[in-house]
Amino acid sequence: MSIELIIGILNIVLISTTPLVFAGIGELVTEKSGVLNLGLEGLMLVGAVTGFITLVITGNYFYSLFLSIISGVILSGIFAFLVLNLMTNQIATGLALTIFGIGLSAMLGKKFGGTPIDGLNPYYFIVISFLLVFFVAYFLSKTKTGLIVRAVGENHNSAYALGYNVIKTRYLTIIFGGVMSSLAGYYISICYAPMWQEGMTAGRGWIALALVVFATWKPWRLLVGAYIFGGVAIMQMNLQAIGVKLPGQFFNMMPYLATIIVLVFISSNKLRLKLSAPSSLNIPFAKNQ
Amino acid sequence: MLRKILTILSFLAVISVSAVHADQKKIGFIYIGPPGDHGWTYMHDQGRIYMENALGDSISTTYIENVPENADAVRAIRKLAASGHDLIFTTSFNYMDQTLEVAKEFPDVKFEHATGFKRMDNVSTYSARFYEGRTIIGHIAGKMTKTNTIGYIVSFPIPEVIRGINAFYLAAAKVNPDVKIKIIWNYSWYDPGKEADAANTLINQGADIIVQHTDSYAPCQAAEKAGVLAFGQASNQEAFCPNSHMTSIEDIWGPYYAAKAQAVVDGTWSSEDTWHGFKDGMVEMSPYNTKLLPLDLILEAKNMETAIENGTLHSFEGPIYNQAGELVVKEGEVADDGMLASMMFYVQGIDGEVPQ
Repeated sequence: MSIELIIGILNIVLISTTPLVFAGIGELVTEKSGVLNLGLEGLMLVGAVTGFITLVITGNYFYSLFLSIISGVILSGIFAFLVLNLMTNQIATGLALTIFGIGLSAMLGKKFGGTPIDGLNPYYFIVISFLLVFFVAYFLSKTKTGLIVRAVGENHNSAYALGYNVIKTRYLTIIFGGVMSSLAGYYISICYAPMWQEGMTAGRGWIALALVVFATWKPWRLLVGAYIFGGVAIMQMNLQAIGVKLPGQFFNMMPYLATIIVLVFISSNKLRLKLSAPSSLNIPFAKNQ
Repeated sequence: MLRKILTILSFLAVISVSAVHADQKKIGFIYIGPPGDHGWTYMHDQGRIYMENALGDSISTTYIENVPENADAVRAIRKLAASGHDLIFTTSFNYMDQTLEVAKEFPDVKFEHATGFKRMDNVSTYSARFYEGRTIIGHIAGKMTKTNTIGYIVSFPIPEVIRGINAFYLAAAKVNPDVKIKIIWNYSWYDPGKEADAANTLINQGADIIVQHTDSYAPCQAAEKAGVLAFGQASNQEAFCPNSHMTSIEDIWGPYYAAKAQAVVDGTWSSEDTWHGFKDGMVEMSPYNTKLLPLDLILEAKNMETAIENGTLHSFEGPIYNQAGELVVKEGEVADDGMLASMMFYVQGIDGEVPQ
C-alpha cells in the first residue's frame, strides 16, 4: 500500500466518523446525568434540515450553523420539559422525539430536497470533535460541575440532599446532548454529503447511542469506539474494491453486535456494571421523595 | 330558513361529490425511499404524477414512502388493499413475496410489482431494461477512462444490479480491453453518507469514473469534488455535479402507469409481464454533457441508442463467457430474457465474486 492510499483512507475515515463522535459525546454527557435520550436520530435530522434550509435561503454558513444549534436547543428543551417536569417515560419520549424529528424534517425539507449547495470543509468540524472529546473528558473528571453532573446521574436523591439542583443540571446536559446531535446533523447535510434528502442520517443516531454503551460511558473510549466503527466500515469498502470477498451485511450490523457483546460483558459482573453505567439512568426524579 | 337551505345544499353537495367519486379508481404506491431522493423513488413518483395528470378525475392516488423490504411491507401493502385501492404498485424488487402474500388475500385488487418475476392472476410484473442504458455508459466509460479503473457502487446482489454490472463491463471492455472495474456493495439503496464514502474510497484507489446503482446523488457529488467523472442514476443529476456528470440513465414510468391505470378504469386489466427499454421509451439517456464528452463519442452513443431500439445491437451479444470460462451465450446469439431475468453471475473479466 502506498502512502497516498493510506492517507486517502484515513481521510475518508475521519470524514465519515465525525458525526458519530458529535452525537455520541453529547449523549454521553446526557446519560452521565442519568437521562436516556433516544431521540438522537430525530434531533440529527432536524439539525440537518434546519442548517440546510437556512443556508439555501441566506447563503450564510454562520446563520445556518446558529439556527441548526437553536433547533437542537428547542427540541431537546421540549424533551427535557417532558421527562423532567412532567416525568414522562424517557424511553417512550425519546422514541417519540425520533419519530417526530423524522416527520418534521421531511415536512420542512420538502421544497428544498435536490437544491444544490456548496459544502463546507469538514476539517473544521473534525478538529472541533477532537477538542470536544478532550473538553468533555476534562469536564467530567476534573471540574466541580462535572462531578455534580456525575453525582446527579449516580444518585439523584443524594445529590439533591446535598443541595444540588438535579432538574437544572439535567436540563443543561439534555440541551448539550441536543446541540451536539444537531451539530452531527448539520455536519452531515453541509459537509459530509452536502444535500438535503429525507432520512439522510440513515440510522447514525442509533449507532451513536450504541457507541455510548460500547464506550461504557467514558469519553476517550467513545472516541476510540467511534473510530473503530468508522474505520471497519471504510476498511471493508477498501477490501471490497481490491476484490476481497467479504460478508457486507455482517459489517452493517457490526456496531450493534459489538455493543451487545460489551453489554453482555459488563452485565456479567455486577461491580463492573456499577462502575460503568450511571446508576440513576432512566429513573425519573421527583423532588419531594 | 337560510340555515335550512344551507343544510339542504350542503347535503346535496355531499351526495354529488360522492357520486363523482363512486367510480373513481383508487391507486396506491409503495415506495422504498422518499419521493425527494432524486433517484429511484423520485422517478416512480414522477410516473404517479404523470398518471394523475393523464387520467384526471377518473383516479385518485396515494403513496406510502420509506417502506422497508421486510414484514413491514406486508402491512403497508395490506393497508392500501384493505382501504379500497383498486390497483397497487409495489416499486422495489424485494417487495416480491410480500406483494404475492397480500395479493392472495385480496383477489379483486390488482397488483403491479416492479422488477420482480413472480406473477399471479392479479399480480403483474414490470421493469425497464436499464441494462440497455448501462451498455451506453459502459461504452462511454471505456473510452473516457485514463486510469483504466472504473469505480462501481452497488446496493444489493440481485439480478437487476448484476445484469447492469455485466452490461456495463461488456460494453466497456469491447472498446477498452484493459478496463478494470472495482465494485463496492453497500447493502443499502439509500444512505448518502455511505454512498459518498464508497465513491471516495474508489477514487482513492485510482478510479477516474464513478458509476452507481444506488439511489442518492452523493456519489456524483463526491466525484465532482474530487474532479473525476460520473454517471447519474435513475434521474438526470446534472444539477448536482455539472462538471463531472456525463449522462444518467433515466427511468420513465409515467406512460406505463397511465396505461395500466386506464386498463383498470376500463376493466381490461390483465396480469402480464412488461419489460420495456429504449424502444418503448421506458429508459432514456439524459442529455450528454457536451463540455466533457467529445462530439464523436456523443454521436456514437446516440447511434448505439438507435441500434438498440431497432434491434441491431443487443447488450448481451455472444460470445459471452462466465468467470469460470464457460460459454454462456454462443457467438451470433443474444442472451434470452430468461437468462437476463435470473442473472446471478459475473461475466469473464470482472474481478471478485458475486456475494451470496
